[in-house]
Amino acid sequence: MITEEITRTSIYLPQLAELIKVKSIAEREKLFEFKLQDAKELGHKPGQFVEVSLLGIGEMPVSVSSSPTKKSSFELAVRNAGSVSNALHNLTEGATVGIRGPFGKGFPLESLKGKDILIVAGGIGLFPLRSLINYILDKRDEFGRFIILSGCRTPRERVFVNELGQCQKRQDVELLETVDRGDEEWTGNVGMITTLFSKVTVAPQNTFAIVVGPPVMYKFVVAECKKKGLRDEQILLSLERRMKCGVGKCGHCQINGVYVCQEGPVFTYAEILKLREAI
Amino acid sequence: MENKVIEKQNMSLLVNSLTSAEGAEVIGPRRKDGKYAFGKIADASELCLDYDTTVLPPKMYLLPPKETLITFKLEKEYKVEPVIEDKSVILFGVHPHDIKAIELLDATFSATNPDVNYLSRREKITVIGVDCLNPNPNAFCASLGTAIAETGFDLLLTDIGDRYVVTIGSSKGKELLREHAETREASQAELAQRDVERQKALANYKVSLKMPPEEIPKLLDKSWDSHVFEERSEKCLNCGSCVMVCPTCFCFDVQDDVALNLKQGERYRQWDACMLTDFALVAGGANFREDKKSRLRHRMYRKGKYLWERYGKLGCVGCGRCASACLAEIASPAETFNLLKEESK
Repeated sequence: MITEEITRTSIYLPQLAELIKVKSIAEREKLFEFKLQDAKELGHKPGQFVEVSLLGIGEMPVSVSSSPTKKSSFELAVRNAGSVSNALHNLTEGATVGIRGPFGKGFPLESLKGKDILIVAGGIGLFPLRSLINYILDKRDEFGRFIILSGCRTPRERVFVNELGQCQKRQDVELLETVDRGDEEWTGNVGMITTLFSKVTVAPQNTFAIVVGPPVMYKFVVAECKKKGLRDEQILLSLERRMKCGVGKCGHCQINGVYVCQEGPVFTYAEILKLREAI
Repeated sequence: MENKVIEKQNMSLLVNSLTSAEGAEVIGPRRKDGKYAFGKIADASELCLDYDTTVLPPKMYLLPPKETLITFKLEKEYKVEPVIEDKSVILFGVHPHDIKAIELLDATFSATNPDVNYLSRREKITVIGVDCLNPNPNAFCASLGTAIAETGFDLLLTDIGDRYVVTIGSSKGKELLREHAETREASQAELAQRDVERQKALANYKVSLKMPPEEIPKLLDKSWDSHVFEERSEKCLNCGSCVMVCPTCFCFDVQDDVALNLKQGERYRQWDACMLTDFALVAGGANFREDKKSRLRHRMYRKGKYLWERYGKLGCVGCGRCASACLAEIASPAETFNLLKEESK
């Protein structure tokens, strides 16, 4: 029998939000800036996600790309990959969408404070990581060294090029980029993201690696982090799954007994080792 | 618990008093094409309390196959409204294992992030159970400990020949009985007879689990790489029948529908299942349980370990419906767990 008092609000009801700015950031990727109705704050942590509703099309989970230090609006960077993201890509400024969330556990800011941070972004893994990168840049003195390794398949697929350019200029950020295959104009590193590891030194005791990218990348990058002397607890990953409900009911995002929408999407590698089928 | 007795000849008075009363719809097992199915009872003559099993569990009255969650208007000003579809229902004739399945659904939907759609409907449901004295050949409730329910019902009937013993499980049940039925106190002899009938039924189960149920999670701890999953799943047709007839499966998909005028629409959830091929597919194309083996294994682990760890209840109640529905004859959790047990020796 049910003994808990029933909360009378539907967990499936989205809040409305207005699309206030759209910017194309690569061939299939756009950055969307939203404002919640009544100018409410989203109140997210870096690494959390929201369910975006295109009413009449459906809902999709998207990690928030902006830092919570930016309060009046939030940003979602989205690749055009499915029916909802395709509809989102067709929207223009002033359009209305629904938002539920934020959901899930974000990056563990409390553990990260005071530590050296090694960000490893594969392709659009940079989208969720941008929430943390911008947070750290805004609170730069609360963290130690800040190293960003970013890789994608080709120079054309690079995302947030200008923002990475800004990082490149800063003395307090160490940014290394690579592409799997170069072109005539590309003068930077060529090779898988793992090839960047030989170009950096880290203090293993004091460093957290935060890795987000396509599923295939994790095993190789984790191996490199371990070679650098990082313990499993110091390696954080964010996992992609199909979160349909966001509230731990629908079952789609389950990895073994874990609901990624609730207990994730951010996990330490130590936690992931206990999950079969995770990476 | 308080126990009453109701004469069989008075049972139709009770049922018809409920069906003719204002408010709640009476739902119970009825004959349908040589099988049994839960459906609306208009008259007591339609209710079959001695059924073996129904094709579908009574779950659909708690978690409908399709259920609207929100409606929206796509006019100049967008509007979204929550939808709670609830109505009063008396589930009349629920077997103990299905009562236990409802208890699992209650735990799931009232845990973290309470699901008001489920819980509002649940509040308006009265559960009148009936002991299963004529078990389905694929059922294994006796060995799973799900053949007898101590909680989870408002009333529970046990057929002891020309009478039913009625166990009162809640004040709601007591009130219902007082209002609609002619009963008397059960005697010690009648209660003893009830226990005899229950014991006789326990001996009628044809399938049995070869281990105590609490051993299943531990068995699964060391069975991940077992060949059993590969061998059994080879014949899987990916049809999802096993999960669609399951009383404890509660996974769902969420979809939108727009009216033809394109001005309004609704978002609904509908049953979905981990045994279907695209359940764990993401937009980028990765499918995290791509092969039959990993899907069957996930289902068995969910039944035997994951839900146990989360809610302290197994995700299988031993009803045998999946085994009856599976064309490839691979769905029975009892068979899988027994094979794993055999292999672990």
